[in-house]
Amino acid sequence: MFRRIDKNQPKAFEFSKANLSWAKKQILKYPKDRQQSAVIPLLYRAQEQEGWISKPAIEVIAKMLKIAPIRVYEVASFYFMFHLSPVGKKAHIQVCGTTPCMLRGSEKLIEICKQKISKNQKQPSSNGKLSWEEVECIGACSNSPVIQIGSDYYEDLSEESFSSLLDSLIDGYPEPGSQKKRFSSEPEGFLNSSKIKIEENKNASVELFLESSLLKNTKKVNIRKVK
Amino acid sequence: MEENLRKIIIDGEEIGVNPAMTILQACEYIDKEIPRFCYHERLSIAGNCRMCLVEVVGGPPKPMASCALQVKDLRPGPNGEPPTIKTNSKMVKKAREGVMEFLLINHPLDCPICDQGGECDLQDQAVAYGVDFSRYVEPKRAVLDMDLGPLVETHMTRCISCTRCVRFISEVAGIHEMGQIGRGENSEITSYLGRTLESELQGNIIDLCPVGALTSKPYAFTARPWELSKTNSIDVMDALGSNIRIDSKGKKIMRIIPRNHDGINEEWLSDKSRFIWDGLNKQRLDLPYIRDDNGRLKPCSWNEAFDVIVNKFKKSPNILALAGDLISVETLFSAKELISNLGGKTECRIADTCIPPSDRALYAGTVPLDEINNSEIIFIIGSNPRIEAPVLNARIRNSWLNGTEVNLVGEKSDLTYEYNHIGTNLFELEKLTKSKTRVFENKKVLIILGQGIFGNNDGYDALEVVKKFKENFNAELISLHVAASRVGALDLNFVSDLGYSSSINWSDIIFNIGMDEYDLPKGKFVIYQGSHGDRGANRADVILPSCAFPEESGIYVNTEGRPQFSLKACEKIGEARENWAIIRALSEKLNYTLKYNNLSQLREKLFFDYPDFALIDEVRKNTWIKSSKYSKECLKKDLKNIWVDHYLTNPIARSSSIMAELSKNKRKNFNEKVK
Repeated sequence: MFRRIDKNQPKAFEFSKANLSWAKKQILKYPKDRQQSAVIPLLYRAQEQEGWISKPAIEVIAKMLKIAPIRVYEVASFYFMFHLSPVGKKAHIQVCGTTPCMLRGSEKLIEICKQKISKNQKQPSSNGKLSWEEVECIGACSNSPVIQIGSDYYEDLSEESFSSLLDSLIDGYPEPGSQKKRFSSEPEGFLNSSKIKIEENKNASVELFLESSLLKNTKKVNIRKVK
Repeated sequence: MEENLRKIIIDGEEIGVNPAMTILQACEYIDKEIPRFCYHERLSIAGNCRMCLVEVVGGPPKPMASCALQVKDLRPGPNGEPPTIKTNSKMVKKAREGVMEFLLINHPLDCPICDQGGECDLQDQAVAYGVDFSRYVEPKRAVLDMDLGPLVETHMTRCISCTRCVRFISEVAGIHEMGQIGRGENSEITSYLGRTLESELQGNIIDLCPVGALTSKPYAFTARPWELSKTNSIDVMDALGSNIRIDSKGKKIMRIIPRNHDGINEEWLSDKSRFIWDGLNKQRLDLPYIRDDNGRLKPCSWNEAFDVIVNKFKKSPNILALAGDLISVETLFSAKELISNLGGKTECRIADTCIPPSDRALYAGTVPLDEINNSEIIFIIGSNPRIEAPVLNARIRNSWLNGTEVNLVGEKSDLTYEYNHIGTNLFELEKLTKSKTRVFENKKVLIILGQGIFGNNDGYDALEVVKKFKENFNAELISLHVAASRVGALDLNFVSDLGYSSSINWSDIIFNIGMDEYDLPKGKFVIYQGSHGDRGANRADVILPSCAFPEESGIYVNTEGRPQFSLKACEKIGEARENWAIIRALSEKLNYTLKYNNLSQLREKLFFDYPDFALIDEVRKNTWIKSSKYSKECLKKDLKNIWVDHYLTNPIARSSSIMAELSKNKRKNFNEKVK
């Protein structure tokens, strides 16, 4: 899949205050004259902030790391995880399409994406809020089919639950985790061999989501909350 | 060093090599040819084309890329036998054939319309390792071409992603504008977001490209390499004396490419030297001209022109011969012999350049140019080597990459490497000389002395400041001239006792041999001998058309004092004559016939009078003349670089439309950056 940077570019890019101080800390992690190694963390943080990597973002990062913009662009274009064109403003839905998810019905999820969001991958919906793409295994096979939005996983999906998830994404913040009310990846319905008693209702990732969305009240779901 | 050698066996032959060498270098050492695309001895190692695979016996059970495997990483045999390499086993052949098949999968079969055809590494190596069929039935990859500017044409579908161009542009040219984006089959070599290249050395990526992805735009579809007659020559666009090969077809020069010379240009060539040839066919003077009573230049015959000159010479002995930038030693030798015997003066230090002609250690330097690689601290004084000698600048950059500290005195400019700017004038430099702290103790210090000092009108004091600095820090010195003829002319003592301005005032007749850069005052009778209708010809009263540098043979002494032969590559234009022959013919008319009838007789006389010119391709050691006292006035004067526009510095360059376009683009880019 060949990717080029989008033709329509914003005029400027700036790291938010919190992200900038975070980025500066990242740069300090590397020895002298090796600051350019921080290019991937910085690019990823820029993407979390804006949703995609724009030309001004590349140039700002190149300046911060004292390297040529082409060196940053090389990295951004190499990894498919970096988006070189705008994605959905609210959420970019990454549908896992690898074998276990496919056997458990991810192809149907993709069909729903095509109907409800846009015909093509990485093309934002007509209202600009959502976009989708099929990705390789995201490592939650026992909860398949799975989708990932930002740093949150939505697991155990069915056509119905995925469909309503998309609906609620338009103006809400659906809760991540198992959509079949599983705690994590324990056997569905009962715990036969394990004596573990699950005391909490939600697992740690879901708790984190709930906590930070209450705290920050962020409007974008696909942006990781800065701790 | 002997004991550090490691023994290895290559194809049954046991050799001892430096353990830091790669297998490929060790193989080359014993003349074993290893095919390669990405490996280039002057660039960093990429190891991505996989064409140089060899078999390492006892090593990993797979072919290894010999360009990226060092001898010291090889394991000895079970009983301590030296490691064994095979370069022509069945396994190696099969592996290379496999690599070649993959390379050819996406490579278009357009050799008949490809400019690289006939000198293509892929073509040549496909003969040895290619197969005559293809197992690939899927659609081939196609890649969009990029626009790199007026010099380099791109056909990116042909690219095999060796990344030589990327490495050259970022490592040698130092501009970081090219890169490889994407991954796998979709990876592409491009410039950053479609920018054109802004380097004075970009033409070299045409030579570096092993396939036809990057070809020469001006040369596109004009000739095949086997049709060209090739002449080894010397470049005169700057004073480096880069070794070039001039390729011509019939009467026309088709292209200029560099030859390897480790001491001068390595194997690079600046764009100005490489793409100058279209200027050789434009604005040429092909007939002698005389200015008539109405002030118009009228074509005439050689005899008429000579008659006018002879009459003038009879009236006044105050003749001044001026040496232009592109003139060979033989021409100046004959001109000096003729003019000084007529009672005239000669001068090569145009526009009052301050060079003491007796101090060769100053004007030709104390060390050869490759000493730049060995120095630890470099002082560039009054020069912008990036535009005055781009190839030399690449050498300084290389040295800087290896840890040399660069300091600059004079105008600030982008030199493609970092430097400490220590003042626009010599004040800080003198302070360093006088400071008690021995900052550069036991360090190899090298001074690169540019036209910012020589060009100063009262530069003799400034030169003493630099000499004092040199003596104090036991530094070496390289003088960077910009005129190819300058050092040769100084060696010939082609100077007058009065200096440039005063001797012009003294003269009645100026015999201008190819000097177009500066205006001559009114009221003088000017004879212009040159190849192009430029400023010099405009001012002339008599024009004698002569050959340009590729049309005649000559000796040029480069900026480090190395005499080199430039050979005749093509026929002259119109009625133009060889420079020395014009002077010889004129001497006959003046009843003072020079005693040589051809160039070899001239050279015999030249070598007899000045034996040092016979030391072709040698840099001789110059004795240092101690510095003397100077007045402090010169310390306040800012050093000014001589050239502003790199691309339009001589009549050939000014006639070239390619140079005009480059100059225009450069100005445009500069203005955009200022905005």
